Amino acid sequence: MKVNDMILQTVTTLLSFIILIFSVYLFFAGHYTPGGGFIGGLMTSSALVLILLAFDLKTFKKIFPINFLTVAATGLLISILTGVAALFFDVPYLTHTFDYVELPILGETALTSTLIFDLGVYLVVVGVAMTIIQTIGESE
Amino acid sequence: MFSSPLETLLTISLFIISVATLGLVYRVIKGPSVPDRVMALDSIGINLIAITAIMSIMLNTDAFLEVILLIGVIAFIGTVAFSKFLQKGEIIEYDRDN
Repeated sequence: MKVNDMILQTVTTLLSFIILIFSVYLFFAGHYTPGGGFIGGLMTSSALVLILLAFDLKTFKKIFPINFLTVAATGLLISILTGVAALFFDVPYLTHTFDYVELPILGETALTSTLIFDLGVYLVVVGVAMTIIQTIGESE
Repeated sequence: MFSSPLETLLTISLFIISVATLGLVYRVIKGPSVPDRVMALDSIGINLIAITAIMSIMLNTDAFLEVILLIGVIAFIGTVAFSKFLQKGEIIEYDRDN
């Protein structure tokens, strides 16, 4: 019997974007309010899981032609490099700094190097979660 | 006992939602079929959202507003995954065309 998933697929195309925007918000809100790289990464992977549920693994690989293990490795590399970068300024490993920068649209914004470290955490969480789910889904 | 009428109202609604959640727990335990249990678990998630919202008003903080949206997303994805398992027997299929 062929099943028509029209309602689920239409809702997914709309809702996955909302969840992705929410995950980006959680990622950037992590410095002053609840949020951060870990929960942002989990929300991104749940949006991707929703796409996986409504469509199939073949379609998913066509939309995202990336190996998620590479994503996890890139995140780990970014996190380590932000730690190593502190050594070039004669401060201990993983020392973070911040500064107020005048940005074009946002105005005065506090930019920290912790955000880059958090980006690494985010990529590791997305990569590991999606690798686990894809590997389990693939096996017959 | 309560400092303001708002607090009285919030406590009463918290009590009512707790009773409703207990009724849903009864349905999860007793429910004759699996779809009954899935629906009850989904409704428990929605009630959890309401409890979180009321608690964040009572504690006078906006730190739990992300949690509300988070529970909504997680409950939706969980229910969709369970429905797909009940319908097709597998949650993530390789190629849905055959």
